[in-house]
This record gives sequence, C-alpha cells and structure tokens, in this order.
Amino acid sequence: MNDLTAVAPRQNRFSWRALSPWVISAAVLLLLPVVFADNGTAFTLMNLIAINIVFALSYNMLLGQGGMLSFGHAVFYGLGSYGAMHAMNAIDEASYVGEGFWSHVPVVSMPLVGMIVGGLVALVIGWPFCRRAGTAFAMITLGLGEMVAAAGQMFPSIFGGEAGIYGNRTVGPQWFGLDMAHATGVYWFMAFWTFLAVLAIWAFTRTPLGRMSNAVRDNPDRLQFIGYPPRNIRFMVFIASGAFGGLAGGMAAVNYEIITPEALGLIPSGTVLLMTAVGGLGVFYGPIVGAVVVSLMNSMLSDYTDASILYVGLIFLAIVMFAPRGLGGGLEQVRVAAKDGSLVNRLPGWLSGALAVILISLGLILIIELLFQLLHGDDATTQFFGLEFKAVSIISWIWSLILFGAGVAVMRVTRKLREDNA
Amino acid sequence: MLKPIFTFLAASLLLVGTASAETVKLALIDPLTGPMAAAGQPAFEHLKYAAERINANGGLNGNKLEIVGLDNKVNPQESLVQLQKAIDDGIRYVTQGNGSSVASALISAIEKHNRRNPGEEVLYLNYAAVDPAFTNERCSFWHFRFDANADMKMNALTDYIADNKDIKKVYLINQDYSFGHAVSEAAREMLKEKRPDIEIVGNDFHPLAKVKDFTPYVSKIQSSGADAVITGNWGQDITLLVKAAAEFGLEAPFYTYYGASSGVVTQLGDEGVGRIYQINEYYGEFEDPEMAKRQTELYEQSGWDFYYLRLSTMLDMLKKATEKADSIDPVKVAKALEGMEMETTTGKVVMRAKDHQIQLPMFISVMQDDMKYGAEGTEYNFKKVARIDREDVSLPTTCRMRRPK
Amino acid sequence: MLEIVIFSTLNGILYGLLLFMLSSGLTLIFSMMGVLNFAHASFYMLGAYFAYTMGMEIGFWPALLLAPILVGGLGALVEKFGLRRVHENGHVAELLFTFGLAYVIDELVQLIWGTVAVAYREPDYMREPLFTLFGTDYSIFRGVVILIAVLMFIALWFLLKKTRVGMMIRAALTHGNMVGHLGHNVPRLFMGVFGFGCALAGLAGVIGGPLLATEPGMAVTLGPIVFVVVVVGGMGSLIGAFYASLLIGLLQTFFVAIDASIADILNAFGMNVDPYGEVTGITLASLAPMTPFILLVLILIFRPRGLMGELEP
Repeated sequence: MNDLTAVAPRQNRFSWRALSPWVISAAVLLLLPVVFADNGTAFTLMNLIAINIVFALSYNMLLGQGGMLSFGHAVFYGLGSYGAMHAMNAIDEASYVGEGFWSHVPVVSMPLVGMIVGGLVALVIGWPFCRRAGTAFAMITLGLGEMVAAAGQMFPSIFGGEAGIYGNRTVGPQWFGLDMAHATGVYWFMAFWTFLAVLAIWAFTRTPLGRMSNAVRDNPDRLQFIGYPPRNIRFMVFIASGAFGGLAGGMAAVNYEIITPEALGLIPSGTVLLMTAVGGLGVFYGPIVGAVVVSLMNSMLSDYTDASILYVGLIFLAIVMFAPRGLGGGLEQVRVAAKDGSLVNRLPGWLSGALAVILISLGLILIIELLFQLLHGDDATTQFFGLEFKAVSIISWIWSLILFGAGVAVMRVTRKLREDNA
Repeated sequence: MLKPIFTFLAASLLLVGTASAETVKLALIDPLTGPMAAAGQPAFEHLKYAAERINANGGLNGNKLEIVGLDNKVNPQESLVQLQKAIDDGIRYVTQGNGSSVASALISAIEKHNRRNPGEEVLYLNYAAVDPAFTNERCSFWHFRFDANADMKMNALTDYIADNKDIKKVYLINQDYSFGHAVSEAAREMLKEKRPDIEIVGNDFHPLAKVKDFTPYVSKIQSSGADAVITGNWGQDITLLVKAAAEFGLEAPFYTYYGASSGVVTQLGDEGVGRIYQINEYYGEFEDPEMAKRQTELYEQSGWDFYYLRLSTMLDMLKKATEKADSIDPVKVAKALEGMEMETTTGKVVMRAKDHQIQLPMFISVMQDDMKYGAEGTEYNFKKVARIDREDVSLPTTCRMRRPK
Repeated sequence: MLEIVIFSTLNGILYGLLLFMLSSGLTLIFSMMGVLNFAHASFYMLGAYFAYTMGMEIGFWPALLLAPILVGGLGALVEKFGLRRVHENGHVAELLFTFGLAYVIDELVQLIWGTVAVAYREPDYMREPLFTLFGTDYSIFRGVVILIAVLMFIALWFLLKKTRVGMMIRAALTHGNMVGHLGHNVPRLFMGVFGFGCALAGLAGVIGGPLLATEPGMAVTLGPIVFVVVVVGGMGSLIGAFYASLLIGLLQTFFVAIDASIADILNAFGMNVDPYGEVTGITLASLAPMTPFILLVLILIFRPRGLMGELEP
C-alpha cells in the first residue's frame, strides 16, 4: 500500500512499502545534482521548481482538499516572502553589529519566518472569508488579491515600492557548512525544505483535520449535521494553506534575494491555479507534476516560440475539458492499472490515444506557428524538428492539416476499439 | 532530413575557419511575449538591426555581435532565471530597459554574481530604466545607463518650462508607484527653484494601469485652470489620459516622459496634435539622412519605428570600448567605457565615469500632423521644439562607486 | 465646485452604464447556468476588435449591429462545444474552463491584432460637442452611449418580462427541471442564453472600444470589476447589477473629484495626525480605483447576498 492519493483509505498499520515513495524521492533529490553537475541553468530551474512545488501543494490544500477556489493565494506567498526578506536584512544588520537576536538566526531558517507570516495573515483575515466555499470564496479572494497587490505599491516603506526590497543570503551564521553563494548550495537548501514541506503537507492530509477538509469539500451540510461547523474547518485549512504558501515565499526570498510587489498580484495567483489544475487536483502528487511542467514551460518555452503563453493556455483548457483529473490523474491511472495487472490489456489503447494527442498537438502547433509567421510578417521560416516550414508555401499548411487529420483519425479508431473492448 | 546535418557541418567548418574571432552575445532581458511585449519587441528589433550595422563595420573589435532575446514577462524573479540562463550560455553582456523593478533585481543579482564568481563578470547595459537611484546611492561599477534618468529629464523639462512665461499654473498627475512619485517630487522641487511664481494647482496619483476612465481626473484639471500638465505616465495610462482630455476640450498641453511610446500615436490621432509634448534624447523629424535611412529601413524590416536612438549609441559605444580596450573582456570594456566621449547625430555624449550615467543633450518635441516620417505608419510624429544642451541636462551625483582592483 | 459635481455625475453615470452593459450579460448567464464566466470581459474585447475590423469596411453603425451578433455566435459555440462538456464536473471545473478561455482569447487577440493598441475610433461627426458647460465639451458620442445603454436596459427588461422566451428563461431560472419536463429544450436554451450574454458583452465592447481604448489588455483590467458589480448587485439580479454599476461608477468618479487625504478627513473630526504620513497621506483620489474591491470585500462579509440578490452565492 504505497498510496499517495488524497482519497486513500486510512492506514492503520505501519508498512515499509508506504515509505518507498519517500525513499525514492529522497534518492532522486540526492542524485539530481550529480546528473546536472555542470549545468547552472538546471540548478536555477530546479530551485524555481522546488518553490513552485511547495506553492502549488499549499494551493491544493485549499482547492483540491478543501474545495475552495482561490484567486488570491499569492498574497500569502508574497507576504511570506516579504517577511523572510525583512528578517534576512535584520540578520544582515545584526551580524554586522554582532549582537542581538537576529545575529544568531541562520538564513536557512527563513522559510519558517515565511510560514509564520503566511499563517498569521491567514489567521487575521481568514475568518470572514470562510463562511462559504465556491463562488463567494473565489470572489472574495479575488478582491483580497487586488487590494493587497495595490497596497504593495502604496506603502514603499514595507514593500520597497516598484523596485522591491533585496537582501543577501550569505550573511549570518552558517549551518552544516552550507555555502549559499551559488545555485548549487541553494539547491541543498531547496531540497531540504521541499522534502520537509511535501512530507508535512502529505501528513496533513492524513490528520483528522485533513480528512475533515475532504468532507467539507464533498458535503458541508452533512458535516454540519454531525456537529462540525464547516466554517471552522475551512478556516483551519485556510490557515494551514496560507502558512505553507508563506513557506514557499520564504524559499523564494532566499533564492531570488529580491522581492517586488508583483509577487502579491493576480498573475502569480493565476499561475499557481494553472499549475495545480494542470497537474491534477485529485492526486496528491498532481500539483508537483503541474509545478514542474508549468515552470519549465514558463521559463523555457519562450526561447523557442513567441506564442508560449498561448500554448500554456491551450494545454490548460485541454486538460480542463478532456482530462479533468490532470496529468497526475493520468499517471495515477497507469499506476493503478500496473498494480492490478490490467496494464497489458489497456496499454495499446492508451498508447494509440497518446499517439493521437501527439499528432493533433503537432498539427495545431504547426498551424499556430505558421499563423504567427504570416501575421507578423517574419520572413524567417518556422523551425520544426530541424525541418523548415514557410507560411507562404501551401505545402506547410497541407502538412499541418495532414498531422491534425491523422491525429483525429487515430483518435476515432482508438475510441472505437475501446468501445468494442467494453 | 539531410539539410540540418549539412547546416551543422557547414557551421562547424566555419567555426574552425574563424576560431580567432569569437561571437559576443548580448542578451536582451525584456518582455517579448504577453501583454507587455509591445515594450520589449521594438527594442529587440532595434538591437538586431543595429547589430547588423556593427557587424558590417568590423564587429566588436573584430568579433561578431549577436543579440539574444530572453523573455522576462516584466517579472523581476523571472528576469533572474533568464539572467542565469544567459550566464550559463557564456553571455557576459546583458541589456534591459523595461521596469525599474527588473533593473533593481538585475543590478543586485549581477553585483553578487560578479563578487562570487571572479573571472566571469557580467556587464549590464541599461537602456531605459530611469530610477535615479541606480546612478546615485545604488550605483554599481557593473551598470551603465545609456538613457537620461528621471531627474535629468525633469531638469531639462523644467528648464524649458522656466523659459516659457505663459505657463503660470501646473498640474501634476502620475502613477501611484515609486517612479510616479519621483516624477512628481522632482517637478515640484525643480519648478520651485527655477520658477517660484508657478503655482502647482494639483498633484494627483492614480494606481498603475488600473484606471479605465480618466474623465474625472480631466474634469479636475479643467476646473483647476492649469496651463500645463506634467506626467510621467506610460502605456495605456498616457493614452487614456490624453484621450479623455481631448474629448473634453482641455486646452492645456501635456508634458510627458513617454508620449511617443508605442501605440500612443495610433490611438490618439488628431487628438494628440499640439497637445502632447515629449522629453527625449531624440524626436521624429529625422533631418539627418542617415537617421532617416535607419527609420525607413527598420520600419520596413520590422514594423517598428526608429525610436531608440540610444540603442544605436549604446552599441556604438560598446564597439568603441572593445576597440579601445582591444578586448571583449567585460572588466576591460567597462573601464574603457568610463569617461568615453562620442559624437552622435544630436551632439556629443559622454559616459560619466563617476556614476556610469550618460550625459547627453535632450529635446522637447511636440506631436504634429503631416510629418515626412510618420510614426507607426500614420502621418503623425514628434517635431522638435527645443534642444537642451548636455551641460544643462546634467545633474550632480551622490555615487561613491566601488571599483574592482 | 458645481461644475465638478455635474461632470462627475455625468461621467459616473456613463461609466456605470458601460459597466452595466457588461455585467447584465454576465448576471444573466450566472442566474441561468450558475456559471461565473471569467472570460466575459474577453468577449467584450472581442466585440471591440470585431467592430474595429468590420468598421473599416462597413462603417460604425452596421458594425454596432453585426459585431455583437458575431460575438454572440462565438459564445454559443463555446457553450456547445466547451462549457457543456465540463458542466458535469461541477462549478469549479466550469470556472476553471472560463479562466483558461480568457487566457486563450487574450493571446489570440494579440496574435491576430498585435500587441499594440489599434486605432478604433468613433466616427468624426460624433466627436463634436453635444453641449458645452463651464468651458468643458460633452461629445455627441457620449450622449449616444448613454442612449444605447438605456435602450438596451429597456429592451432587456421587455424581453425578460413580456415575451414568451423571457418567460421560459425566468421559469428555467427557478424551475429548470420542470421546464425540461414540459418538453422545452433546456440545453439549447442554455446555449442561447450564453450566446446572448456574450453578445451583450460584445455590444459593450463596440461602444467601450472607442470610449476607452482597444488594446489587448482591455479585458484583464475590466474583468475583475465586472465580477464585483455582479456580486455587489446580488448574484443573478439584473436590477441589482444596474444599481451596483451606477454605484461603482459614481463612487469612483466622486472619489477622484474629492481632493482630500485620509489625514484631512481625520483632522476634520478633531484628530491630530500627520497629513504627509505614509498611511494618512493617501488621498481618496488614489484610492478611487480600489473602491470596487473594497466594496466587494465589505459586501461579502456583511451582506453576502448583495444589494438585491435573493440567494447567497
């Protein structure tokens, strides 16, 4: 029983198999720096992904576990980040003077500061928000996000105005000889906190409160009848989620050494929603998958195409429409099938389905790239797996239609096969 | 399928043949996709166009210059990821212009990087982030600014207003963030000093890029009886403001920092004529045939106007510095850039060694119809009204720079 | 002072009416289908861009009619092939769908019309002043906008209260199943309502485009405010949306007009605070664009069903 799902039955007995995913992930975390030893960009990206994993998981505590759709989650991330940054600067000051409380605090502990700030903010503002879930909650968090983001620009003494505030992560006492001057040093910091945070969030889903948050998502009325006011449970989940959002913010403060009011706004709030939904709400590790995919797309895709944001949007839309359980849900299906032995029967269907999706996407990508070329008057050609396509030549368009059509045909065949099997 | 292989072979042969000359990459970290792409794309096209000219004239001390575009979506944190990508790619020169928040992040990140990685220094050429702090209290040896900072622009603008005796009442309206406040404060201080008789009849701040309907602000300006409006607004905030003013028949001219940024002329049309003034290092008449040629070529090539004279100046100075240093090493180039003088089409410009702030003449221009070279494919462009000499634009600095040994 | 009051009122009403044109479609869709359409402002943007492109060929007035129809058709297609599919996964999935749709529409608009604003303007003769008061012009176009908005409100009221379709819609609002059992095609009704709501947004776009600006960011900035209107007015209440639109329009314009800071107000009440402090120095004018969101949070805390709403969201 190595279940990671949010809806898994309660485990009563300790089992070694339950530990296996954690051992494997720890091993992966230890191996990654060896694999990418000489690649600085890989470290930068891994650090970024680590932050987003915690951020997305904290968001999924609200949306996936508690059924509360929030458009203002970046408030906790941003404020946590600001808290950690101010603390980092206090360490800088105090260690310069050589005395005071902050001179004994290592920068490694900054995510904790972020966590405290995030949790406190949620504690202070959360109660009136948690009366209802659903649309009312979505709207009130939208308003909160807009207000805090505007305040970020209005109070320069706290938020540093447009330029933000910046700090230095190499100050203060060092722990375990961890030198954070370089991205590689930061990696160990990130690996440690991400592992800890994922473990803690997973543990949270196993607590009675975590179970209750599922119940409040599925049937709040019934919960009320059996004597648990849904509002209290929502409020507690809200605080926990805010705290972990703040933790992600604290990690970001150390990683970037700068924080600006943009981090509070609607754009990061939208991105975290995107990551979580792409990864899948129903599976515990879904947001992790989503964080990896969306972070990579955000940072790398624009090197290859001008339409990167459009692709992110289309993938999101496709997932909401055709795969509501997200990428993580898909993986989970494969895993379950592998376990109960039905994988062999279902694999051909899945593979041909995947082929259809790949063909259709290739056709669509080619169409979009050609359109871009046509409308923006670039005389450059579209590079596509080393092949060149010109929007002015009809052959390019025929190719794109062939790809698209082939994809649709494979999809039809697959569907028919599946129906016949069933 | 064979074609890519051939290209690869050809490229590697070429590399062997010219091993002595390197390719110097200059990374542009600016918004290239998304809603702010209109701010980053023209700079990207400008740079690519100017690089062609540099390479045709022998490149950077014999090395080919290549422009690499990296998209940061105007987000400071994303910019740092892109900066790291550039560094890993062996890029030693970085340029950026949109957003002082991004510039601030880049300056502090590059300072730390250069301190932590001696021998791999990176140079940051700033072409448009105008926060005065970057060449004053936060000045850095690794940062060079090729645009006049916000205070210098205000200095030039208030010089012009001081000479214009018809202006008795001035209204200030700015975006509610650090830049807008800096503009408002500089305007109040400098006007008080140069023309104590001018009355500031209003000083409004509105949130950045949030206001859709500027008519209430215009009513206020109207009833205050202002003779002139000073604003640092950019993007939609300047377009919507002037549009509302024109619709309500407000006669007062607008003295702006960014009245000629992309999209403004297209949307305003006649309503902007004679109403929008701009303070900039250039204007839209292109009486120099060389500049006129660049305007025509760039517009045909990319659909963007030749708005950033300073990008050409920046690359020309970079070229001169690599030749003077006889090297493309950023530290040597930075030292060569310090104090460098150069003749441009508008006059002499100097990169002040003390704070790495370029000193250059500025121009006040006003939007006019029926111009020889119209902006954005229209008939409108900005016509020169006044030139303010380099010495008059210049301001003292508080910078105490720490230089590498 | 009088001129400021008069013009602030006029401007506030105009802005409020534009908001109402946008939010009426949204509230109709919400009350019918329970979907808070995140992409509503994107349809508004499409209306403006369609009218711009068509207007160059066929002129302003035909575009005023055709662009909303086109937007409505597009909305109906979105409902039929997109929204209906995610409907079974619940309201959160529907919200996510429209959220993603907004992303995609915004990007497509940039792809097709470019990142820079387009020169969509009202016809020249409408830029003449309708009347001049205290030296300030009030253009014919602004008058036309008010007229169109009022006509739309009356037509909408008539449609809902006096026609058979309106009766069906109102019936489906409260007794959706019963309407289905009576043999009416409820999915098609949904499609029609969604398309109609989008068409209203498109109409607002045709008018809002020249009034404000036609650029790729126009949806993002107006979108959240429209939600505020619908929530403050009371979910699903057309009259509520009307009052809320006017309230927000007037509130914003008057906040700008009042030249006072928080310190001025506190000092007027006998408190002694620093007029240039960081918090106390904030002027009402700089707070004005935030008023909708402050209002939203206050309403949701103290009166969750909104001004006129019958149900809590």
